[in-house]
Amino acid sequence: MKEAVMESAKNTPPCGMPDLRVQIGSLALRNPVMTASGTFGYAREFENLVDLNQLGGIVVKGISLKPKPGNPPPRIVETACGMLNAIGLENVGVDRFITGKVPYLRTLSTPVVVNILGDSVEEYSEIARRLEGVEGVAALEVNISCPNVKKGGVAFGTVPEMAAKVTEAVRQASSLPLIVKLSPNVTDIVVMARAVADAGADAVSLINTLIGMAIDPVSRRPRLANVIGGLSGPAIKPVALRMVWQVAQAVSLPVIGIGGITTADDALEFLLAGASAVQVGTANFYDPSAAENIVQGITNYLQEQGEDRLVDIIGTLKTGTD
Amino acid sequence: MSEFQQKCSILGRDCLAPDIFRLTLQAPKIAADARPGQFVMVRVIDGLDPLLRRPFSIHRSFADGNISLLFKVIGKGTAMLARRCIGDQLDLVGPLGNGFEFSDDRPVCLIGGGMGIAPLLFLAEQLHSTGRATEKDHVLLGARNKDELTPLADEFSALGYTVQLATDDGSIGHKGFIPDLLDFVLPSVEQVYTCGPHLMMKNVVLQCQQAEVNCQVSLETHMACGMGACLGCTVNGKRGLVHVCKQGPVFNADQLEWSLE
Ligand SMILES: Cc1cc2nc3c(=O)[nH]c(=O)nc-3n(C[C@H](O)[C@H](O)[C@H](O)COP(=O)(O)OP(=O)(O)OC[C@H]3O[C@@H](n4cnc5c(N)ncnc54)[C@H](O)[C@@H]3O)c2cc1C
Ligand SMILES: Cc1cc2nc3c(=O)[nH]c(=O)nc-3n(C[C@H](O)[C@H](O)[C@H](O)COP(=O)(O)O)c2cc1C
Ligand code: FES
Repeated sequence: MKEAVMESAKNTPPCGMPDLRVQIGSLALRNPVMTASGTFGYAREFENLVDLNQLGGIVVKGISLKPKPGNPPPRIVETACGMLNAIGLENVGVDRFITGKVPYLRTLSTPVVVNILGDSVEEYSEIARRLEGVEGVAALEVNISCPNVKKGGVAFGTVPEMAAKVTEAVRQASSLPLIVKLSPNVTDIVVMARAVADAGADAVSLINTLIGMAIDPVSRRPRLANVIGGLSGPAIKPVALRMVWQVAQAVSLPVIGIGGITTADDALEFLLAGASAVQVGTANFYDPSAAENIVQGITNYLQEQGEDRLVDIIGTLKTGTD
Repeated sequence: MSEFQQKCSILGRDCLAPDIFRLTLQAPKIAADARPGQFVMVRVIDGLDPLLRRPFSIHRSFADGNISLLFKVIGKGTAMLARRCIGDQLDLVGPLGNGFEFSDDRPVCLIGGGMGIAPLLFLAEQLHSTGRATEKDHVLLGARNKDELTPLADEFSALGYTVQLATDDGSIGHKGFIPDLLDFVLPSVEQVYTCGPHLMMKNVVLQCQQAEVNCQVSLETHMACGMGACLGCTVNGKRGLVHVCKQGPVFNADQLEWSLE
């Protein structure tokens, strides 16, 4: 209890500054700006460029049970205001993550969310079990939405029953706050959100990348070795915003908005649409200071609007008849 | 090792040949830490198209806090960079990557093709500044034509290196490819450094392997972050995939799988 009090004291804004704190289930964030999985490495990559302790949260690269080598190169290609990637979830595996990466992450005052992925329901729950009780891990984000793996992945993110099964299994294996990350590559994302909400998720995050492709007309070959990949960056923001808005209206869980967020205005759009927090992805690549600047920009906005607390603006979008 | 994100003023802009430019930038933090073979990620404009930064080798680094970049216009990003003016600010992240390894006084050969010459001038200057006898060292430079080579070749010569040139059209030096020149040089050197088109480097590496001369290569791949975060910049290494931005861009040639590419 004492610890909890100290924790919240640490997050209390300085006198006269707006209060940016938000709550994702039982996960308390000092501000709503997190970094998105796969775009911030294991955080240490950015330690010289970003004050990691100013961020709301850090979501690390997706972790599987066994290390994954990922897809063959080329793995990335730039598109108009966006990029396609087919990394194929290259990662060190859960055991080396715990021994090699967590000791550094533990030194940060920012909560670390571990993004997890598996080829089967059992794999998801096994990873969750191994992360249980590991100091320095604040929450799990279950990735059921990666377009770049052949086995299982797609079905988990597109079939509501499968998404619910994975969610239930992880829920049983873990006492950590549970965020389920949704795929936009579905006909009705609200159905998916409801399914994982009913299965025990504490929050949903959306969106993961949209499936896309690019072709080199000269060689007449796909630009990615994997042929198709995930589209991210500013190009996908309107789609992400629409989905966040739809889901925020349909479920009572906190929603985390992701997709093309680069500036404070982008982030504010998601917050007004009903997101309790946001994740900054591709922007970290071209502007490592994006997340920090967004925190500052949100602060400025609240001051200009005469708002004391960020939570008071969440979901205050005015539509039609208001 | 530390990297910085810095807004850097453009102090100089020279057009060395059609489509080849040299920018001098005020980048004190990056200049102070830079080692030959390292690179910077440059945001060519502030907007969102092109979205990603472009990687460029550090071509020179000066004691007064300036660095220079040498680049060729090949697409959208480099075309926009070429239109930036003196006084403009460019957002840079760097210095990134590992850089070349050099230590002793063994005679070396620097082999640059096209814009692969860029990092080698920095290396040549650094080697020269250690007070070594540069006349035992060789520099082989290749490009399409004389225009693309002359100002650069002179800068290597001025440092005392023995410079040989090759051009596709024979407008200066040997008409043909760099590896044609290498056979004559290899017996007298103990370390080769190369950067340039993949096919050129591959031939250089094979020749070095036959002659049992150690060879360091600097690679180019598509990069999104340059910092080891996106995992997009992989190439085939002998023991699985390697990340060019973090484990490279400089590799010992025998770390890499040349046959697969
Ligand atoms: C470590 C490193 C150092 C480099 N140093 C230099 C240098 O000193 N001088 C120089 O002229 N060029 C250098 N390059 C290549 C340079 O980055 C590309 O020419 C440039 O990114 C092309 O951008 P563009 O927008 O004009 O081309 P576009 O073809 O429009 O670019 C589209 C995408 O492809 C990427 N791309 C295109 N060509 C290359 C390439 N050859 N290598 C890597 N990515 C590429 C771009 O970065 C971009 O993401 C270097 C590359 C790397 C990886
Ligand atoms: C290179 C790259 C790697 C990614 N890896 C993961 C991952 O491991 N797990 C995951 O859930 N999402 C991953 N994502 C998706 C992002 O977390 C994010 O959902 C998506 O990029 C959309 O946000 P953005 O437009 O801000 O980038 C990755 C995205 C990119 C660009
Ligand atoms: S360019 Fe992103 S990891 Fe190398």
